[in-house]
Amino acid sequence: MNAVSRFLDSDLFYSFRRTPSAVISAVVAAVIILGAAAAPWVAPYNPFDLASLDLMDAFNPPAFMDEGSLAHPFGTDDQGRDVLSAILYGARVSLVVGVSATAFALTVGVLVGLLAGYAGGTVDAVLMRIADIQLTFPSILIALLIDGVARAALPREVHDQLAIVVVIVAIGISDWPRFARTVRGSALVERNKEYVLAARVIGISPARIMLTHVLPNVLGPLLVLATLNLGLAILSEATLSFLGVGVPPTQPSLGTLIRIGNDFLFSGEWWIALFPGLALVAMVLSVNLLGDWLRDALNPRLR
Amino acid sequence: MPAFILSRILQAIPVMLAVALIAFALFSFVGDPIATMLGQEFTPQQRDALVAALGLDQPVPVQFVRFIGNALQGEFGLSYRLSRPVADLIVERAPATLELALCASVVALAVGLPMGVYTGLYPRSLLSRAFLTFSLVGVSLPTFLIGILLILVFAVWLGWLPSFGRGDTVQLGWWSTGFLTASGWKALILPSVTLGLFQLTLIMRLVRSEMLEVLRSDYVKFARARGLRDRSINFGHALRNTLVPVITIVGLQLGSIIAFSIVTETVFQWPGMGLLFIQSVSSADIPVMAAYLLLIAAVFVTINLVVDLLYYAVDPRLRAGRGH
Amino acid sequence: MPACGDRTLMQPLLQVRDLVVEFPTRRGTLRALDRVSFDIAPGEVLGVVGESGAGKSMTGAAIIGLLEPPGRVAGGSITLRGERIDNLPPREMRKVRGKRIGAIFQDPLTTLNPLYTVGHQLVETMRTHLAIDAAEARRRAVGWLEMVGIPAASERIDAYPHQFSGGMRQRVVIALALCAEPEMVVADEPTTALDVSIQAQVIALLKRLTREKGTSVMLITHDMGVIAETADRVAVMYAGRVAEIGPVRSVVKAAAHPYSAGLMASIPPLSHKVDQLPQIDGAMPRLNAIPQGCAYNPRCPHVFDRCKVERPELLQAPETRAACWLFDSDAPRERAHV
Repeated sequence: MNAVSRFLDSDLFYSFRRTPSAVISAVVAAVIILGAAAAPWVAPYNPFDLASLDLMDAFNPPAFMDEGSLAHPFGTDDQGRDVLSAILYGARVSLVVGVSATAFALTVGVLVGLLAGYAGGTVDAVLMRIADIQLTFPSILIALLIDGVARAALPREVHDQLAIVVVIVAIGISDWPRFARTVRGSALVERNKEYVLAARVIGISPARIMLTHVLPNVLGPLLVLATLNLGLAILSEATLSFLGVGVPPTQPSLGTLIRIGNDFLFSGEWWIALFPGLALVAMVLSVNLLGDWLRDALNPRLR
Repeated sequence: MPAFILSRILQAIPVMLAVALIAFALFSFVGDPIATMLGQEFTPQQRDALVAALGLDQPVPVQFVRFIGNALQGEFGLSYRLSRPVADLIVERAPATLELALCASVVALAVGLPMGVYTGLYPRSLLSRAFLTFSLVGVSLPTFLIGILLILVFAVWLGWLPSFGRGDTVQLGWWSTGFLTASGWKALILPSVTLGLFQLTLIMRLVRSEMLEVLRSDYVKFARARGLRDRSINFGHALRNTLVPVITIVGLQLGSIIAFSIVTETVFQWPGMGLLFIQSVSSADIPVMAAYLLLIAAVFVTINLVVDLLYYAVDPRLRAGRGH
Repeated sequence: MPACGDRTLMQPLLQVRDLVVEFPTRRGTLRALDRVSFDIAPGEVLGVVGESGAGKSMTGAAIIGLLEPPGRVAGGSITLRGERIDNLPPREMRKVRGKRIGAIFQDPLTTLNPLYTVGHQLVETMRTHLAIDAAEARRRAVGWLEMVGIPAASERIDAYPHQFSGGMRQRVVIALALCAEPEMVVADEPTTALDVSIQAQVIALLKRLTREKGTSVMLITHDMGVIAETADRVAVMYAGRVAEIGPVRSVVKAAAHPYSAGLMASIPPLSHKVDQLPQIDGAMPRLNAIPQGCAYNPRCPHVFDRCKVERPELLQAPETRAACWLFDSDAPRERAHV
């Protein structure tokens, strides 16, 4: 049996097919990811091409309304920018930040978790105490603080250039303890197993033992955690950008678009905020549903 | 009991010191307070005078001790942005945030707890599935978007509720309250729901999973084998045991409501500490940030302590000595 | 142990007939119990033995109506004093549990609710089933604690479970199982989780109390020593079926079914030292791979062709009844080569 047919026959895939919410969210997530990745090719307009913007087109309502036109299915914003195209480009920024921040948190968390679990003793106590303290604070607050510090510490021009990196690091740092705890838990369990002792006796390096024995044991939980964390990271980025301290306005994410649209809620141009909002919700909801399904599918006790 | 409380307080001290150290580091090493405070042009004499006045010529540990001493007296210096004492700013803004957080907590608990119990007891019922779907949408909707949607529907389209501010407030000493006027209450509704919704879904999901866990436990099975009535099993045995872990998480969640109010306050232009904080982040107003950080840490430490005391009241294993 | 009269004349207290328990799973339905039949007479102690997974606990759970979903009774009947209890509505079944059939679970550390005093748990059980007021219930609770041998019962009644040792907790569990004066008790591995030194005391207590009250016991255990000491009759289970049932002395000394014989031979004798104990080769089949015919046939030293095709019912053996074709008096015996 080759890998594909083995996968199609696996319990995981069976449970996937049996869970309509998982299938639907996988489709939604795929559409959004593909649309975002291919934004320059599939978007009807380039929202960053200032030359193509026409103020005469500003505040066009979405296509299904009386004054709307199919040229701008989701309407246009105050600058005459096509909302659909802005969403596609914005989703790209949101996804890049979300994925990078999760990868950052995952890497830091796994390294710290392995170190704490393997070293034990004081190292473990100190690292986990830090994680505990950090966990008691909402991650958005940590991210805000890091962003605020970066703003104060870096000269303005440098900060503007690095804004996306700062956001990624801020969100990543605010999320690492969850990963560290999971990995540490398994590392502690595995550390005392006989085969690890045996491997140590024959002189295999601790790092190698951790990577080849402990890590594979936590891949399942890590995958679930990473999926759910991706949803959170995307939300954190959107929140930071909405608050005006996230990605720079030159590269608007979905959160930035909602922030812009928020100013026009009262004058009746609700679509400028609503459609990016719906796109954000669809994206996070599908990621969360997939994460929930994955958690249930990988946790045999709940079956 | 006193020993228990004492040990908890002793554990809280290093946490507060660690946070104080971070706040101090922010204060002392990030940006240039002198340049910020004196503006573009100043003489070396002015500079030296300010350095001495702020104690910046002292060794770092001395500065740290002074920082803590000042912080204990509520002295956090001047806001770079507003040039007013940080403590005044915070005292001014605190009532708005605390009243909002209180209402949001009530919303989250009063709705989330029953929903969680119900979905735990009847996991397969249609209503439970509806609740779960709702909760999943709840955690996937960012707070600010919930706020915007509520404003759009209830303020813009229906025009029933105000979209920003606290309404009319009444001054009780230094405390300004919105609880005493009709417009104050109306203004509280949308922000409270917005702020409480996320915690509500978290509480519901937590209570549900704890309920399911406890219902699988041996002592609940044994209670069934003893032929106890369902009501007594579900509420007397299952729910009561669920409360032990639920209290911890719920306590911490309610604490984080104060921090989460940053977003809600921004959406609703609610004149609280969160709005103050976000304005200081965007303008790199370090003294305000440092003070806010310490304040939030103090809130968390206090809540942790209260949670521990509640634990103590619920779980006899902590109260009595072990009899082995 | 005194001989216990002719049980066929007495109306059985509990009758289990062709009980089938099934678990629907993704790859088909698993049959966890397959036509299990036995009786328990009033006042009798029936021991149920077998390897883990043989269906002992499942049978106990089915009797008290607490099968873990998705498991369900898919056939057969359970009757208590002539009244069917396997198809009672939940509300009625609740009144049977505790009141007419008590239960004792394996691990006393987890079966008591840690948040309530033992007195509270006794009082709530009695007041659920008996028409007595709180003061009377509390008085009886003290009495029960004394009866199960808790020292200073009138003080300890207000203690929490964690303030008792494991053995003491199991005594409390026994009091809880008996306090509404049920007609029988299902005791599922009541001593397995206890220290060896305490096991004998707890079993002796259970035996004494049930004899005094005339309570029947279904004693589920894998400890043959406990069975030999306590039970009147014993049922040996294998792969969800009853392999043999009969008076305890007969099963221990002269087991008819090859599986029970093997099981008994693997018990270390107390009287003399042996260098090596015989063991049964192979392992009990998984529920999804039970062979056709007799479930034991792949491991049986006496297997012959019929065993692989036809499933044996319980047949009359010299001293017991055994589900083994060796005892089919109607058919000519064709032994396989051993």
